[in-house]
Amino acid sequence: MTTGTRRARIAVHKFSSCDGCQLAFLNLGEPLLTLAETVDILHFAEAGPIDEEAEVDIAFVEGSVATSQDAARLRGIRERSRYLVTIGACATAGGIQALRNLHDADEWVSGVYAQPEHIDLLADSTPIAETVKVDLELWGCPVSGEQVLGATKAMLAGHLPRVDHSAVCMECKRQQAVCVMVSQGRPCMGPVTSTGCGAICPRWQRDCYACYGPAVQANVSALATHLADTGMPADEVARRLLFINGHAEPFRAEGLDWQARVITRQGSEEEQG
Amino acid sequence: MSHTTRTGEIHVPILARVEGEGALDIRIAAGRIEALKLRIFEPPRLFEKLLEGRSTQDVIDSVARICGICPVAYQMSAVAAIESILGVTPSPWVEAMRRVMYCGEWLQSHSLHIHLLAAPDFLGYDSAPAMAKDHPDEVRRGLRLQGLGNEIIRTFGGRSVHPVGLCPGGFFHAPDAATMQRLREQLAKGLEEARELIAWTAGLPIPEDDQDFVSVSLRHPRDYPITAGRIVSDQGLDIDPADFEQRFREFQVPHSTALHAQLDGHPYLVGPLARLNNNLDRLPADLRQLLDDCGVAFPSRNMFHSIVARAVEIHVALAEALRLTEDYEPAAEPRVEVPTRAGVGFGCTEAPRGILWHRYALDDEARVVEAQIVPPTSQNQARMEEDLVTSLTRFGLERDDDALRLHGEMVIRNYDPCISCATHFLDFHVVRK
Repeated sequence: MTTGTRRARIAVHKFSSCDGCQLAFLNLGEPLLTLAETVDILHFAEAGPIDEEAEVDIAFVEGSVATSQDAARLRGIRERSRYLVTIGACATAGGIQALRNLHDADEWVSGVYAQPEHIDLLADSTPIAETVKVDLELWGCPVSGEQVLGATKAMLAGHLPRVDHSAVCMECKRQQAVCVMVSQGRPCMGPVTSTGCGAICPRWQRDCYACYGPAVQANVSALATHLADTGMPADEVARRLLFINGHAEPFRAEGLDWQARVITRQGSEEEQG
Repeated sequence: MSHTTRTGEIHVPILARVEGEGALDIRIAAGRIEALKLRIFEPPRLFEKLLEGRSTQDVIDSVARICGICPVAYQMSAVAAIESILGVTPSPWVEAMRRVMYCGEWLQSHSLHIHLLAAPDFLGYDSAPAMAKDHPDEVRRGLRLQGLGNEIIRTFGGRSVHPVGLCPGGFFHAPDAATMQRLREQLAKGLEEARELIAWTAGLPIPEDDQDFVSVSLRHPRDYPITAGRIVSDQGLDIDPADFEQRFREFQVPHSTALHAQLDGHPYLVGPLARLNNNLDRLPADLRQLLDDCGVAFPSRNMFHSIVARAVEIHVALAEALRLTEDYEPAAEPRVEVPTRAGVGFGCTEAPRGILWHRYALDDEARVVEAQIVPPTSQNQARMEEDLVTSLTRFGLERDDDALRLHGEMVIRNYDPCISCATHFLDFHVVRK
């Protein structure tokens, strides 16, 4: 960021999350020290600096909106930040904890806590962009260090980076990974999942489980039908779609559709019985 | 504010250099601590509920997301419980390589904690980058060790945060021999650096603060405990993980979204210091000698020695990873087939922060009916509060808010609280008048 007279200021904020995406910074090694010498890190509680009220050039936000306090805090961060960047599945899509959005959250809280009245939790876990404007979304559970460092460098140079959202399949071809769907019949989510991870799962001989969110122009319906046609029960198809990025469209709509088919089928079976 | 009869309140709304969101509230009346609450307000994510109905592989992939710093620990406790239900015994290769992968997480987590979170306290800095200006070699050594831990996890799991390699019955993928050879060369260098690290941590200006506490850890018949063992204490406890609930009780307190836990009605300690205190005789002879020479006596009653214990365990992790990969060859079949069946099972392993206990009930299709997870930070909460009352009183309640806040934070950091584990943890602020 060409600020001319002063060093760029950045902040890293946390909402409901596992802290894994902040590790994209803390696991950088030597580049972390270089970054700390290049910019002023004003708020990053896990790393030390605390100044939540600071005006910054770039605010990185990890985690989803989950409590009654979160929206107000988030709006304040937005007002004081030139760029707001979400890092990870929780911040961009509500996270795995957004699975509660499909259930009775109160009942879930009572299932874990003896005194649920002490627990401040919204019924839904939602992505940051449902509350404030987001300038750049970095998907992934977790985001990769290279991705975050690359985006930071681009923004410091004065532009928002372009993020590739083509399907994991493209990355598999680039890496010459053998297709686990074709060769092993595995229920790979790669055709509908955004690249960015480096196609780790197929390279590890397993099926992608969509932790980088939907690919651009993903034909989720066709993949779901293919999974069902090759023997996967409807409830399993639904769970496959409603997982780490289950709150993200089109995974959500298609997942709910398959969930509804299970309920309909169970209902008709009961009628027949 | 008189020196002996101070009355007032201290609030620490955001704790720095801990993982997750928590706060500390202290009320002092007539010169003594009247109330002390370690508030954990990290929003709960209700993992135990969202696992219901999920397949065993989904469990392994989900529980990693409880904690970005110790995903391997969550996966290992889960897979142990699942395999006990399904009646699967992993091959010796799988058992050994899981231990190596777990060593990677100890190395990563402990190095991160020592250098980025804890050491700045002892040397008077507010962050590792600030400390690096005056202690560049030590900080860089720490970052290298942390990176090496991540490299071990990546070797088995493709990435270090939420790795994808583990499955019921083994691993999806066996690293090839050349990859392992390159890793081993780095591990050998790391082992040398670990020796220097132990001496460095032992030489830090560590406060003296001996206290009475019960050390709880796993104990293995032969090895330093990581992936398996019985649950023991230095007060004679010795139980199978299946009997955990008979002696340990989880309960909710209004000021925390993480459940507290007690052993026979009392607080207890889990984590590196408890583990080392209970397993000194499981250290290799050369490391035992190194520890004797460094001038810190173990077993220790001083929680501030946790940083030394972490350095010792970094050495353990590197030496174990080297030992277990000495004649490494990739397994032709890195996993065995697993059946689907119903049952109840337990898994307990030593996460970097202490014992991590899981219990699952599965149905006939091996889908989760019920899940229960007791993370180390929940277990340490009651002990942390007890420790804070004692340490701050000894430190001197007449000191100013800033000094008390800093000391309180330092005490808390000994436990390396992982608030995302415990739901999420601590926010430490002092209200200044």
